[in-house]
Amino acid sequence: MTRQQRKRAVAALLFVAPATLYILIFFVVPVFYGLGLSFTDYNPMARGAPDFIGLQGYREVLASERFWSSIGVTLHYALGSLALAVPIALALAMLVNTQVAGITFFRSALFAPRVVALVAVSMIWLWLYSRDGFFNYLLDLVGIDAVNWLNNPDTAIWSLIVMRAWKALGQNMILFLAGLQSVPPHLYEAAKVDGAGRWQQFRHVTLPSLRPIMTYVVAVNLIYLAQSFAEVYILTDGGPLESTRVVNMLIYQEAFQYNRLGQASAMAFVLFVLIFGLAYFNIRAMTKKKDE
Amino acid sequence: MRAPVETRAARSRPAPDPGRGRWPRPSLRFVAVAGVTLVVSLPFLWMVSLAFKPPEEVFAYPPELLPRNPTLENFEYVLQSTNLPTALTNSLVVSGVVSVTSIAGATLAGYAFTRLQFPGRDLLFYFLISVAMVPVVVQVIPLFLIVQNIPLAGGNDLLGQGGTGLLDTRLAIMLPHLCHPLMVFLARQYFMDMPSELAESARVDGAGEARIFFNVYLPLARPIVATIAVLAFVGAWEDFLWPLVVVSSPEVETLPLLLDRFVGSGIIQFGPLMAATFLAILPVLVFFALNQRHFMSGLTSGSVKG
Repeated sequence: MTRQQRKRAVAALLFVAPATLYILIFFVVPVFYGLGLSFTDYNPMARGAPDFIGLQGYREVLASERFWSSIGVTLHYALGSLALAVPIALALAMLVNTQVAGITFFRSALFAPRVVALVAVSMIWLWLYSRDGFFNYLLDLVGIDAVNWLNNPDTAIWSLIVMRAWKALGQNMILFLAGLQSVPPHLYEAAKVDGAGRWQQFRHVTLPSLRPIMTYVVAVNLIYLAQSFAEVYILTDGGPLESTRVVNMLIYQEAFQYNRLGQASAMAFVLFVLIFGLAYFNIRAMTKKKDE
Repeated sequence: MRAPVETRAARSRPAPDPGRGRWPRPSLRFVAVAGVTLVVSLPFLWMVSLAFKPPEEVFAYPPELLPRNPTLENFEYVLQSTNLPTALTNSLVVSGVVSVTSIAGATLAGYAFTRLQFPGRDLLFYFLISVAMVPVVVQVIPLFLIVQNIPLAGGNDLLGQGGTGLLDTRLAIMLPHLCHPLMVFLARQYFMDMPSELAESARVDGAGEARIFFNVYLPLARPIVATIAVLAFVGAWEDFLWPLVVVSSPEVETLPLLLDRFVGSGIIQFGPLMAATFLAILPVLVFFALNQRHFMSGLTSGSVKG
């Protein structure tokens, strides 16, 4: 290294130092600290020092019915929201992939739910789902009795799913829109020359071109949805009859209501592995299809 | 069977006229786009409507979208008789501070991770980015203990024992948001696409590395600065789990915690609740409206380009 290169390397290290130290202390250290906790029965309310219990905590989590039922609820919630949000977001993207007057405004308006906090969204939908709220009014118009949306074990999870899909529409629409705009126009021209109709163009040009962005959308949404907490805490508190107790709700209760920080950490790490696996297999499955 | 139908359809169709035949189609599109936008925006419209309704209209059935006698009494109530002004101030302070620290930390690091050289550069970068994948609940429990045991804070001794540390402070709320690894990633992506010749010619002129960054690259990086600002602002503004864990007193609470308390206390007063929700949303919407282009491009930059 010349003197100048060394000088430049020192400058570079000074540039990265603040962010690096911060991420090390507040992101990396907690991961290892948490991993350590997950091998203990740490409970700040209990007497005496925490015991090292090795894999015992993990064994209990993996054998716990509560844990797996919360994973089931989480999957139901995440896949339900995804199944609703992705097709509608794609349709919206195709709708706004045009140049009508005020299109920038419309796109921003459709995107707006993304920047509104889930807690605020929950407040709005709390009214929409209330006894004299919007949805019961719609049912009333077609002569159906009012439903207690959030307090009925049959409807609570779907009520949350619809709300969450609504919030996810805008962001996914913008991602799909970027994907649509990057499809080379000559592909459509070629399809038209071959006599392809609108549906065939969509099926054979649009969808295959969107595969990379679809992979990204599905992965990002799943990772995000698998960590849902705020809306569940506020709207149903995991109930009724634990029908909406997603895994983050369970971990929160375990850690901060029952003070079982060791057990909660083990749960968090099992979730970590599951999310990682989900994202990994999703990306592998969807990129593999492309090669075929 | 099919042939006559087709002929009839062909006969009834007007002669192709590109000039005239074109214009109704975009306007139909316009109606469709506007209609769909209206339907998707309905929850917001109901929120605004309820916020401006007097109590008797809030509880009236069937609900009407347009208030008959619009009033500001819900806003007066939440601003004068609830903790909303404090929570709003706390949210603004927290989100404002983390925007600034995120911009500073992420642009400096993002720039150096691509435009400067040092041993182990890429390895360090990928190591730091890999923790962005970790679920928040993994981080929350240990971070809670770390914050509680910060030495010499909140009545703690030198070993971090005996007190509450930084729990129940605004600094604690900010801690996980000061400079998220994702921001460093976005900044690096941006600087990567900028020409390195700018730095080389400045070096020939004898400029130091700091000057090259601040005077040459940073002024050209405004879009990514705006993206980071909005993402950090919104991220801290909407956070609920972490503030719920570390905050216990109303003086420190942020807006999501306040809204949660509105719901938790018995019968829900939807008029004031919607007024408070409206006020909680407004700053973010304004901030977003001013930076919308950068925010939306920031979201897609990680996917389409990368």
